[in-house]
Amino acid sequence: MCETCGCGDPHNHPHEHGHDHGHAHGHPPPVRTLDVRKSALELNQRLADQNRGWFRAKGLKVFNLLSSPGSGKTTLLERTLRDVPCAAAIVGDLQTENDAVRLRASGAQAIQITTGATCHLDAHMVAHALEKLEASGLDKLFIENVGNLVCPASYDLGEDRRVVLLSVTEGEDKPLKYPVIFLHADLVLVTKCDLAAAVGFDREKALAAIRQTAPKAQILEVSAKTGAGLDAWYAWLAG
Amino acid sequence: MHELSLMTNLLDDAVSAANGGPVCALRVRVGPLSGVVVEALRFAFEALAPGTAAEGARLDIEETAPSFHCPRCGADYSTPVGSYECPSCGSPGGELRGGHELELISIEVPDHV
Ligand SMILES: Nc1nc2c(ncn2[C@@H]2O[C@H](COP(=O)(O)OP(=O)(O)OP(=O)(O)O)[C@@H](O)[C@H]2O)c(=O)[nH]1
Ligand SMILES: [Mg+2]
Ligand SMILES: [Zn+2]
Ligand SMILES: [Zn+2]
Repeated sequence: MCETCGCGDPHNHPHEHGHDHGHAHGHPPPVRTLDVRKSALELNQRLADQNRGWFRAKGLKVFNLLSSPGSGKTTLLERTLRDVPCAAAIVGDLQTENDAVRLRASGAQAIQITTGATCHLDAHMVAHALEKLEASGLDKLFIENVGNLVCPASYDLGEDRRVVLLSVTEGEDKPLKYPVIFLHADLVLVTKCDLAAAVGFDREKALAAIRQTAPKAQILEVSAKTGAGLDAWYAWLAG
Repeated sequence: MHELSLMTNLLDDAVSAANGGPVCALRVRVGPLSGVVVEALRFAFEALAPGTAAEGARLDIEETAPSFHCPRCGADYSTPVGSYECPSCGSPGGELRGGHELELISIEVPDHV
């Protein structure tokens, strides 16, 4: 019963509107506030910390690769897995095993996660993929995230380093349009540099946009096709 | 897209904090660096709340700004998203202190039940 006016049902008053008994009509009942303070990502964070513990225990250094669809994550990893020993990959896509099949051709282990409708990897999916990983003899693990410059930014997977790829074909101002993912980057790789001249890539403009949105990140320029810049990438991985 | 799954978590937390009773309102803090879009979060809430104890509840969203601590000059400062320079010393970006949160701060429940 409503304490203010004494009516039986606060949503069905037996009297006319416009009366004056000290509260508005359709009046909300008195409420009290309960503190909760819980992050929507708390469960993911817990699982990411578990993954991190597992990576430590196995002596694995883990890299989370993020970019828009088609920026060259798989192509870079195909080559990296051939050139860098003791490395494996986990790769996320909405559908198909295609990327894992491409990566396995390097001779390394590659585990596909198909997320269905989910636009990012989360720590839980990675934890299940780890059940399939033969970790002995490995010291590096690459996690190729779902191609998406928005959602993957929110999900810690337990990685040591975040690598964001930006291909020369996708526009110099991408970092300004999608700043959140760049802020957390440890390394920004400018990819497909062999195409820079063909697309009129404005290098200075792109580097300025990256520096502005990713103040912590180192920047390297590579081409997985010609191999240009890959030595610096491998040195960064080893560092 | 992922706002749906994040809102599912927030709603679950609200419903369990209400301990079986109805939820009248949720107060959610969203930082611009959290990677979620406030409109999408509201849409997800409208889609998910019906049929739960938070059906018909009000969603109050508190938006924060990115905030940093400058390791060079010690300043604490706020910036717009996408440019994080310290306004006092020009340092290119300090330690992130706020602006990435996505949390359920509190709920309101009826007082007379
Ligand atoms: N010219 C050139 N093409 C490249 C380079 N790297 C990748 N590509 C091409 O870009 C296209 C996309 O490359 P992927 O490696 O599949 O891109 P991805 O980021 O893994 O794509 P998703 O997994 O779908 O997000 C392919 O046609 C590649 O051949 C490069 O360095 N130079
Ligand atoms: Mg790929
Ligand atoms: Zn999403
Ligand atoms: Zn400063």
